[in-house]
Amino acid sequence: MSEVLLQIDGKQVAAEEGMTILAAASSIGIAIPTLCLHEKLEPYGGCRVCSVEVESRGRSSVVAACLYPVEKDLVVTTRTDKLDRIRKSLLEMMLAHAPDSPELQKLAQEYGANKDQFEKEASFCIHCGLCVRYCSEVKKANALGFVNRGSKKEISFIPEIAVKECWDCKECFELCPTSALQAAYVLIEALTSPPEPSTPSCVGKCSR
Amino acid sequence: MPRINSCAELEQIRSHLLDVRDSHKPCISVCTGSGCLALGAANVVTALRAELTVQGLEDQVEIKETGCPGFCERGPLLVIYPEEICYLRVQPDDAREIITDTILGKKVIDRLLYVDSETNEKVIHEAEIPFYKNQLRLLIGNNIKIDPNSIDDYLAVGGYSALAKVLAEKSPERVVDLVKSSGLRGRGGGGFPSGLKWELTRNSPDKVKYVVVNADEGDPGAFMDRALLEGNPHSVLEGLLIGAYAIGAQEGYLYVREEYPLAVKNVTKAIRQAEEYGFLGQNILGSGFDFTVQVHQGAGAFVCGEETALIMSLEGHVGEPKSRPPYPAVKGLRGKPTNINNVETWANIPLIVNQGAEAFSAIGTEGSKGTKIFSLVGKVNNTGLVEVPMGITLRDIVYKIGGGLPGNKKFKAVQTGGPAGGCMPEELLDMAVDFDQLTKAGSMMGSGGMIVLDEDTCMVDFARYFLNFLADESCGKCVPCREGVKQMLKILTNITQGKGKHGDIELLEGLAEVAGSAALCTLGKGAPNPALSTLRHFRAEYEAHISEGRCPALSCKKLIAFHIDPDKCKACGACAKKCAPQAIEGGKKLIHVIDQEKCTKCGSCLDVCPKAFGAVRKLSGEPVPSAIPAESRNLG
Repeated sequence: MSEVLLQIDGKQVAAEEGMTILAAASSIGIAIPTLCLHEKLEPYGGCRVCSVEVESRGRSSVVAACLYPVEKDLVVTTRTDKLDRIRKSLLEMMLAHAPDSPELQKLAQEYGANKDQFEKEASFCIHCGLCVRYCSEVKKANALGFVNRGSKKEISFIPEIAVKECWDCKECFELCPTSALQAAYVLIEALTSPPEPSTPSCVGKCSR
Repeated sequence: MPRINSCAELEQIRSHLLDVRDSHKPCISVCTGSGCLALGAANVVTALRAELTVQGLEDQVEIKETGCPGFCERGPLLVIYPEEICYLRVQPDDAREIITDTILGKKVIDRLLYVDSETNEKVIHEAEIPFYKNQLRLLIGNNIKIDPNSIDDYLAVGGYSALAKVLAEKSPERVVDLVKSSGLRGRGGGGFPSGLKWELTRNSPDKVKYVVVNADEGDPGAFMDRALLEGNPHSVLEGLLIGAYAIGAQEGYLYVREEYPLAVKNVTKAIRQAEEYGFLGQNILGSGFDFTVQVHQGAGAFVCGEETALIMSLEGHVGEPKSRPPYPAVKGLRGKPTNINNVETWANIPLIVNQGAEAFSAIGTEGSKGTKIFSLVGKVNNTGLVEVPMGITLRDIVYKIGGGLPGNKKFKAVQTGGPAGGCMPEELLDMAVDFDQLTKAGSMMGSGGMIVLDEDTCMVDFARYFLNFLADESCGKCVPCREGVKQMLKILTNITQGKGKHGDIELLEGLAEVAGSAALCTLGKGAPNPALSTLRHFRAEYEAHISEGRCPALSCKKLIAFHIDPDKCKACGACAKKCAPQAIEGGKKLIHVIDQEKCTKCGSCLDVCPKAFGAVRKLSGEPVPSAIPAESRNLG
């Protein structure tokens, strides 16, 4: 792997080709906030709080540090007024879902985000996808996934798989930055509990 | 049909085809594109065929079912060759007269002709109708001459000669250079130089490469790509073949949206025919070049028009975009270099090969070459597909081609670029239409949607409509798009419902910055544009809604009221009869009064009140005058 020289917050950094901006920044002690990143998982780029400004070949743009690969002579700025505005607003949007999440509250304090900026939402999920991706990438179980799209998108366990895989695992629980996952799991737990063996009226009629 | 094994054989077959075709034989070309089919074109075809049978003329007159020539407003339409007589709004009942009078009697049927709205003159020939006359139809001009299900029809108009030329005379590198020097830019929305994109894919080191036709056309009201795929599928295939040869790909995909069944049917048939003729498969025209293509139908998501989402969908995953870089040209489908171009971009390729890069780049402006097809819709007389040279003014499109606005309404704006595009007000009507000018004006070329708006359109509500579309089509992967667009939509909805607050405009602008710069893909990044561009040109309308509770276009239902002027009402009763919720009190010789509680603001009272009385008024931002007391309502 060849080395790439770039600049982050005014400091020269030597990074390995293929490394992300986030990793390169971290290597020189610059911390960039993240919510959907996990060391065991492929970067996802969903929460966008790791947004940084880059300047490359005379063009400046906002990119996700967790995904954007280092480039030769890239000039990266990890904290500007614009980035602060973006992070604040993203946090406010997520706080509408999960106002009590400690992780969100901590960042909210740093960026001055108001948890009451937007009307509260019924779902606690911020769609970081940690549970879904962990189950798929690490556990290879695919017991839960996303259903629907856009603002209707939600996480959902697949009962047939969950009933077999989840009882002894539950590793995704502690990944969740809000309490949505537990709620969903409890629901599915109830749904997939074996029924009481007291109604044999349909035996033989619907055997598949 | 035996396989064609060389370029020489192709030319022999072409000249044989032209020899056996009698150019004097009458041919009735009926548009059976989706638009005309919806207006009943299939019944017209059936009636014409039945009439030919009755008159025993089946062998002497040809009926050709063709693709869309563009004038959808006046469909079902047909053109009679060799005279090129164009009949509009044809009904099955007209079949007998068309055969008897025009085909046999050589007499033109006046009532089926186009009437020029200014001069009142009737126009016989297709090419002289103002709608067509002011266009430059290099891509869709052949649609009415070709049966899309007949590869022979395509060969007869010179089809596959560009492919033969490339395979016989040009190295792949030279083809890439040709496209580069033509100045062709992607017609799907981004406007990226196509030749450069080809070169990047070609130069990616992997041996396996793919080419893809992006036919996931999803902008509301836009159907350029549909018309090309339905009407002239071989032109797209030929472009794709040339691109595959230039880029070094042996496999290609056509990603067509699920909602285009006829396009899928026609292009699938075209692929079978091209395989039979040897334009697809192994050793094409004896050149040693191999290429196969498959059709893949989307599953109904607008975001799959974004190229990384399209790739995900092609691979069988959920159609969600991925971060770039890496770009598809480096790492695309199945991790291999992939070149994705829009339908119209591919269809331009044979043209560039046949005419040469110089002739192609002679059309257009400095930064935008060739023609562009627009789907001209909304409040304009001649709706349909228009193909124009880059650099034409918006005014020429709206007035010369589109024939102006119906009902003497005042022009308000024209929206281009699809859901993430922008609105141009009257001051910009003389702007030259090209990639760079549109971007400069805060809009974009997009894939070619063009919606004309008149004075009755509320710009806040118009922005709300597109934000609603985008919120629905957001994949939901990233926060700025999923949550940000939703919050923008909430604010816009509130404003149109009279619930706007001071600070809403600033909040909208703040949210627009977040989505516009931090969203993962172009859908999210472009999503704020409808709000931003209407704020830029029509900010006063937003302010009127918020500060005065007034909708200047008298359109937002929550902000308007209908009122009958007691001094003008003649008690004709027309409004009361029409009022579905029975909100109008009246009676014989009694001044009519609208019960504001019951009124649903459908506007039918205003529509039916005789012009001479003009008693019904639409109000906004002012109190509704209190109802005239019952004892004063008698007109005597």
